[in-house]
Amino acid sequence: MKKAGAKKPLPFFCMKPMKLNTTLFELGVLDRLAEQNTPLHRLDPRAKLITTLGFIFTVVSFNRYEISALLPLTIYPVFLIGAGDLPGRYLFKKILIASPFALFVGVFNPFFDRAPMVMLHGVAISAGWISFASVVLRFVLTVSAALALIGITGFNAICMALSRIGVPRAFIIQLLFLYRYLFVLTDEGLRMVRARSLRSFKGRGTGLKIYANMLGQLLLRTMDRAQRIHRSMLCRGFDGEIRLNREFSFTIHDLVFCLFWLSFFGLARSFNLSLLLGQLASRMTA
Amino acid sequence: MSHHIIEFKDVRYAYPDGTEALGGISFLIHHGESVALVGGNGAGKSTLLMHLNGCLTPESGQVRIGDFPLTPKTLDEVRRTVGMVFQDPDDQLFMPTVYDDVAFGPLNLGLPHEEVDARVASALATVDCQKLAQRPPYKLSGGEKRSVAIATVLAMSPSILALDEPSSNLDPRARRMLINLLATFTHTKIIASHDLDLVLDLCERTIVLYQGRIRADGPTREIFLDTALLEECHLERPPSLSLR
Amino acid sequence: MHMADALLSPTVGGVMWAASGGLVVYCSRKLRDATDGMSVPLMGVMGAFIFAAQMINFTIPGTGSSGHLGGGMLLSILLGPYAAFLTIASVLVVQALFFADGGLLALGCNIFNLGFFPCFIAYPLLYKPLAGENPTRGRIIAGSILGAVLSLQLGAFGVVLETMASGISELPFHVFVMLMQPIHLAIGVVEGLVTAAVALFIFSARPEILRIAAGHAAATGFSMKKVLAVLGITAILTGGALSWFASAYPDGLEWSMAKTSGKEELEAPEDGVHGALASLQEKTAFLPDYAFKASQGEAVEAEPVEPAWPAVEAGASVSGIVGGGLTLLLAGAVGLFLKNRRKPV
Repeated sequence: MKKAGAKKPLPFFCMKPMKLNTTLFELGVLDRLAEQNTPLHRLDPRAKLITTLGFIFTVVSFNRYEISALLPLTIYPVFLIGAGDLPGRYLFKKILIASPFALFVGVFNPFFDRAPMVMLHGVAISAGWISFASVVLRFVLTVSAALALIGITGFNAICMALSRIGVPRAFIIQLLFLYRYLFVLTDEGLRMVRARSLRSFKGRGTGLKIYANMLGQLLLRTMDRAQRIHRSMLCRGFDGEIRLNREFSFTIHDLVFCLFWLSFFGLARSFNLSLLLGQLASRMTA
Repeated sequence: MSHHIIEFKDVRYAYPDGTEALGGISFLIHHGESVALVGGNGAGKSTLLMHLNGCLTPESGQVRIGDFPLTPKTLDEVRRTVGMVFQDPDDQLFMPTVYDDVAFGPLNLGLPHEEVDARVASALATVDCQKLAQRPPYKLSGGEKRSVAIATVLAMSPSILALDEPSSNLDPRARRMLINLLATFTHTKIIASHDLDLVLDLCERTIVLYQGRIRADGPTREIFLDTALLEECHLERPPSLSLR
Repeated sequence: MHMADALLSPTVGGVMWAASGGLVVYCSRKLRDATDGMSVPLMGVMGAFIFAAQMINFTIPGTGSSGHLGGGMLLSILLGPYAAFLTIASVLVVQALFFADGGLLALGCNIFNLGFFPCFIAYPLLYKPLAGENPTRGRIIAGSILGAVLSLQLGAFGVVLETMASGISELPFHVFVMLMQPIHLAIGVVEGLVTAAVALFIFSARPEILRIAAGHAAATGFSMKKVLAVLGITAILTGGALSWFASAYPDGLEWSMAKTSGKEELEAPEDGVHGALASLQEKTAFLPDYAFKASQGEAVEAEPVEPAWPAVEAGASVSGIVGGGLTLLLAGAVGLFLKNRRKPV
């Protein structure tokens, strides 16, 4: 699962550590972005979700040595970021610090797949490097599309979309509750960490025993909170079912968005658009 | 008319570990009264409130709300009659948006959607929070959270309002606005609070709890002028009263 | 360890999505039938608790590094397998969306690796028998540590298998296994210690919580057979559907199979569904797909010593690079245009 290095540099297998303030901050930023009002934000969340999933499936469906044919697909995340008025630089930074697991595994490819594959000005590039570059490209494409999706849609709307496409109600409610109390509980966790760091010196007071006590306290408080929430739900007639009064309408705009992009993905999957463009360019210059 | 009365008859309650929380509480609150419940920490204020709508059931004794004794059968009816505003609004606002939160109760009542919309709109208008309808609750300020929590209860159209520490964690301005808001309500009110100034402004009658028992029950001013009583019950005369 | 989109083929990603999705549906049903409504807010705040807990860490003695809670095993102990599985799944959804941990396609893998193994393998097969009906401190410690180690070993192995089956990575199986398993043994021990410590804290502060959770798990009528049946059916159905799709659109799985069998994709038999679709593609293509036609002869001519190359024509690769650069420029221009369009002039 997860493990974070403190003093030593992160071992390669570590997931990105959750720094104290970042969790809340990150959640807050993406959430604020989703509150904007661009034509993209106004689209039905289902349209954006389905199209983005289509995009990710298209990206990963290419063979592992593919680079040039993948490049035209960058237009989709770029479009979402541009038209959705998202801060490209911030998202790019986020991609850089995102889970390095794919890169860690991919970086072995050049070592195990040494057969030369492409000759460029007499320099042979091995298949492993090509497939590694492809992994990097896939990584950037899939991660940026997912981040852009949340930035133009917002978590709650994505949950509503999931609910409309048949994900069980119990799971949707779970997602909504989790997201709602994420802010409350991370705040509580943060206060505990601050209180501990104020009173622990030279690494004393940060051991497993104190840690387990803190976690245990937080856990008990969390369970008490669950009980209070449950009470307040009962007071307002909760009977085991949560109802939401929401209407969505899938408009012609949504349909056009979906169809346009899905057919573009189909096109990019069937033809190497980069290659065609390159051939066209060389024919014109020749 | 006996409508909207709250009656406790020798209500006793002990926590699962055996600690006595309420040791024989009896009182009667009439329609339209505004009653404060004061007392030190652990005096039993919150526990008493929890008995008002069956969140807790007494070990012995009886609770009557309006025309019904509180029994499992009348629980739904009683919960519709008594609107409970909890101490921590984060416990009460659990839905994705303010609208969903205020609509939660009316939807559970099985009302048609247009009626739900109307109720949400009017409840939010009452607390002057119409603008917040589409906001997620975690982005509200303390005062806004409190107002919306009150709106979630108003949307159920209760005739009795029970509030637990309504002014806790509010800045002075938000607190003042809350007091003004509560003063406009004609509901029967029962307010548990440490904020004796607020009590002075809103409640003509005060019940003082001490170690799970009623220590005094009478006109607010009279009780707050009884220095010995206040001290004994871990309370202090509100500054505004000493100046007058 | 979170599996990532970039390492996945659509077939593997799709199958794992279906498997995890099937489990989510199954667990949702189970909870709906069996609970009093208290589990709704409880699961929600427990998911949030996992995030909060991950903000707190502790020093691992003697290493100078620090660890924190993953949570799968702890949630199973506190909530029982069904509620725990849904809670873990919800945590992973949020991580995938907000922190780009893994990705959306890899979500199925991650829910399976980090949810299925602790909730439906380690908890019923290790923790429950070890901790028993009336747990003692020793039994809780043994159950938590062994349970956490087992779930992380299985989870790590899941990552290896999913990566291998996808065929994007070139890591040989044994090397990958030797990398993943020992690391996750260490992570698992740390996770187990934390789980045990927190479970013990709860055990001494409020023993009834553990008892209720154990009773709850029993009351929901755990059935391994049903869980496996759900998994089997969804996996076979989608696996079948997707592999048909995959053979029409060659993906990583096919490449890796071609590699191990020593055959290139180009030498794939030109009959059956694949052949039919390939010829269909040739007919409909206004320019032949370079990977299919143009390259074969030239690639072999240029370097006949290495017949097992994935063939890419030299001319095609130059065009590809030029075209790729142009494409990127185009994408960048679109982005800039969209960006500047809304700025006031």
